[in-house]
Amino acid sequence: MTYAENGMPEKNPLSVQIDLSKFSSADFEPATADEKAQQEVMGESVTFFKDGCRRLMKNKLAVGSIVVLVLLLLSIIIIPFFVPYSYEDIITVDGRRDKTATNLAPFEWSQREQQYMEETGEKLFPHVMGTDSLGRDYFIRVIYGTRVSLAVGLVASIMVLIIGLIYGSISGWCGGTVDIIMMRIVDIIYSLPDTLMIILLSVVLNETLKPVIEKVPLLQSLGTNMIALFLVFGLLYWVGMARLVRGQILTIKQNEYVLAARTIGTPSGRILRKHILPNCLSVIIISVALQIPSAIFTESYLSFLGIGVKVPMPSLGSLANEARAGINSYPMKLVFPSLIICLIVLAFNLLGDGLRDAFDPKLKR
Amino acid sequence: MTRYVVKRVLLAIVTVIIISLITFFAMNAIPGGPFNKEKAPSPQVQAVLEARYNLDKPVGEQYILYMNNILHGDWGVSLKTGRDITSTLMTRFGVSSQLGLQAAAVAVVLGLVLGSIAALNRNKLPDRLIIFFTTLFTGVPSFVLATLLLLVFCVQLNIFPVWSAENPNYFLPVVSLSLYPMAYITRLTKTSMLDALSQDYVRTARAKGVPQVKVIFKHALRNALIPVVTYVGPMIAYIITGSMVVESIFTIGGLGTQFVNSINNSDYPLIMATTLFLGILMVSANLITDLVYKLIDPRIELE
Repeated sequence: MTYAENGMPEKNPLSVQIDLSKFSSADFEPATADEKAQQEVMGESVTFFKDGCRRLMKNKLAVGSIVVLVLLLLSIIIIPFFVPYSYEDIITVDGRRDKTATNLAPFEWSQREQQYMEETGEKLFPHVMGTDSLGRDYFIRVIYGTRVSLAVGLVASIMVLIIGLIYGSISGWCGGTVDIIMMRIVDIIYSLPDTLMIILLSVVLNETLKPVIEKVPLLQSLGTNMIALFLVFGLLYWVGMARLVRGQILTIKQNEYVLAARTIGTPSGRILRKHILPNCLSVIIISVALQIPSAIFTESYLSFLGIGVKVPMPSLGSLANEARAGINSYPMKLVFPSLIICLIVLAFNLLGDGLRDAFDPKLKR
Repeated sequence: MTRYVVKRVLLAIVTVIIISLITFFAMNAIPGGPFNKEKAPSPQVQAVLEARYNLDKPVGEQYILYMNNILHGDWGVSLKTGRDITSTLMTRFGVSSQLGLQAAAVAVVLGLVLGSIAALNRNKLPDRLIIFFTTLFTGVPSFVLATLLLLVFCVQLNIFPVWSAENPNYFLPVVSLSLYPMAYITRLTKTSMLDALSQDYVRTARAKGVPQVKVIFKHALRNALIPVVTYVGPMIAYIITGSMVVESIFTIGGLGTQFVNSINNSDYPLIMATTLFLGILMVSANLITDLVYKLIDPRIELE
């Protein structure tokens, strides 16, 4: 290539290019940072997770349920610090048991309490939801009941998640005979009538575990019934999750990036952790979000039938069951726990639906 | 097809055997036998009683003896009441099935109608109302609903009499039992109906001038029914066992209450009989659903 006197390349007479020899190097100056920024047409790259969150935040019902759940969570953590009553003890006035404080209406004080307040001028904490038939503050019982129900839902779902994830990944990853045998076991557990088995097993475990649990103080504070419940959920409900995970893994296993990872000799465990599990994460999250309300539902049924958590520990189901005895005179006692169950279950259902709309790649239009 | 049927039937039989094994060994693990009452009989009487019902033998042998009797059609007698279990089961099942089938019919019919209405009026007022209420119903446990219905209609307003065996009124139990499955079927029908309505064959039918009613019933609804069928089989099983709570609230003496009572009484033959009976019912409901599913939808490939 030949150059003109001003250092610019010379134009070939047949070329249609601009004749650069007419310009000098002074005509060209580097773009400023501002000008460069104008050229950037691309937006910030959106990851799958960010995209899903954005869509979730647009869903008013899902955002509403998140707000409701966070408020409930905060109130069951904070309120027990402020309310001076306990869920298992009868109300005491001036160190003595107050026998008149049974079945009070919301925001009502018993005669003894009123007398005490007039004498000392001290204001006692109101019974926000009244008291129950044994003279215990109902508000704190409902709060603790919510704690128990939410804890059962969360712990049961986490157990289901862990067992199902491990079982499903092994079955899906190994394939062949291992897969066939493992899936037959799942098929059988899946077709067991779950309501019957739950009732039977929770009664059995409850009785047989008692001697073991009473020796360990940590477990004892949880209560036998609660542990039996967790075990039953863990034994029966993981199969759905295992099937889901296996199905996901079978499809993802066919992808080219897994083949590539295999060719360069990545160990199986690492492929599972790095390539496969992150890709089925969205489906798993959705299923966990929908598992929580169903566990809460089941626990409340069992407690309602009298096989759930141990007295004096309340759960929303057992509170509703106790309220049935005085339903004619004190219908509010049924309304409070029932409302909270409905609220929790609805919020989780709506959140689960919202998560599915936002994160399920199959539904994306 | 034959291979698939044989495989499914075998799996069902294995499931029933496993249910019987779990139940038998689980109930024997509950401490305290059927004759441990507050007023304990003398050791000699207890020994005679236990020998009479084979309770002195090892658990494994008891199981084989029991299953042998069942296969010969002998369900044994209740240890608490001394009555023949077959007749008890049949009376109780009569009550439960009457309740369960009515509830199932209500749930299916209303669910299909409401779901189709919602799908045909997509994003209009009827759709929104239906979806709002069905979402609400899926969040209300049946025991809450049943208690409230009992309180309002039986006690306060006195419209319906409280249930009794002489004067059975199934209206309220059926309502409280059918609401959840109805809500579920409505949502299911809506989605599958919307899916069917957007198919090419529906557009073709409309293009060649098929009247709207015929398009809905002949082309869309028939294809939208497939996912509903898969839900209905297990649902009937769910309704019969899920009625434990509703039965106990309305004091209906059905299979559900009997199951809970028999566990509390450690009435071994009765626990076994109830679980096995309900288990067989549910497993066969699942089996029939699976087979029907393959029959009505020829697109599904058999394994």
